[in-house]
Amino acid sequence: MSLENFNQSEKKDFLVSSASLKDVRAFSRDVFEKFKIDEELREELVLAIAEAAQNIVKHAYKDMPDTQDKMVVRISCSDDVLEISFFDKGKPVEKNKVKHRAIDDIKPGGLGTFFIQQIMDSINFEPGKEPWINNLVLTKKLKN
Amino acid sequence: MTYKITEENNISTIFLDGEIDMDKTDEVKGVIFPVIDSGKNVALNLSNVQYMDSSGISVLIESHQKALEKGTKLVIKDVSKSVLKVIMMAKLEQILNLE
Repeated sequence: MSLENFNQSEKKDFLVSSASLKDVRAFSRDVFEKFKIDEELREELVLAIAEAAQNIVKHAYKDMPDTQDKMVVRISCSDDVLEISFFDKGKPVEKNKVKHRAIDDIKPGGLGTFFIQQIMDSINFEPGKEPWINNLVLTKKLKN
Repeated sequence: MTYKITEENNISTIFLDGEIDMDKTDEVKGVIFPVIDSGKNVALNLSNVQYMDSSGISVLIESHQKALEKGTKLVIKDVSKSVLKVIMMAKLEQILNLE
């Protein structure tokens, strides 16, 4: 789906840092309010976005706590389909290694991707176009 | 994030306030773990925690496991609706001691 086809689209960049996660949530909440997304769904979507942003900080920028790189979050909506894209310049994502822990294996960690899967309809890693390395695209069909 | 701890009948109640994400986990562990290590029974009151992500859930799991290792009891009380939803999404409502 090209950007031109979206009825509504908002994007913002953030420093790749755990300290940015609250700003990512605030941005997402503002956009969903503007898009008039149902309040209950809004918080689920905020969680999915925050988990994806956290994965960028934790995995794509592993061992790079002082990076000054920015990541971009773009939230778009068209024909009742929400598309959320993440762009970063970190280490390339190895798709086959992106998996959550077994849900009945109770231990800390490994739940972020599970939450994203629970909330969103699709998760796709697309090749990042220059200057980006990674481009994660999440979609969700909005019910009428 | 802010917190306060009250003591009553050998139960330490920790009241957390704010949003718990990856950026706050070390701070939260620094509040909870020493109380568990002291050997007291612990109640974790989450009524004023309106947001928790997978990192926060990991802290709850670690705290639960730490309490089991120490032979103390950790209960999680007054969980806000939004946090309960995340706990249930993680299928932990039967594992953690929720009150």
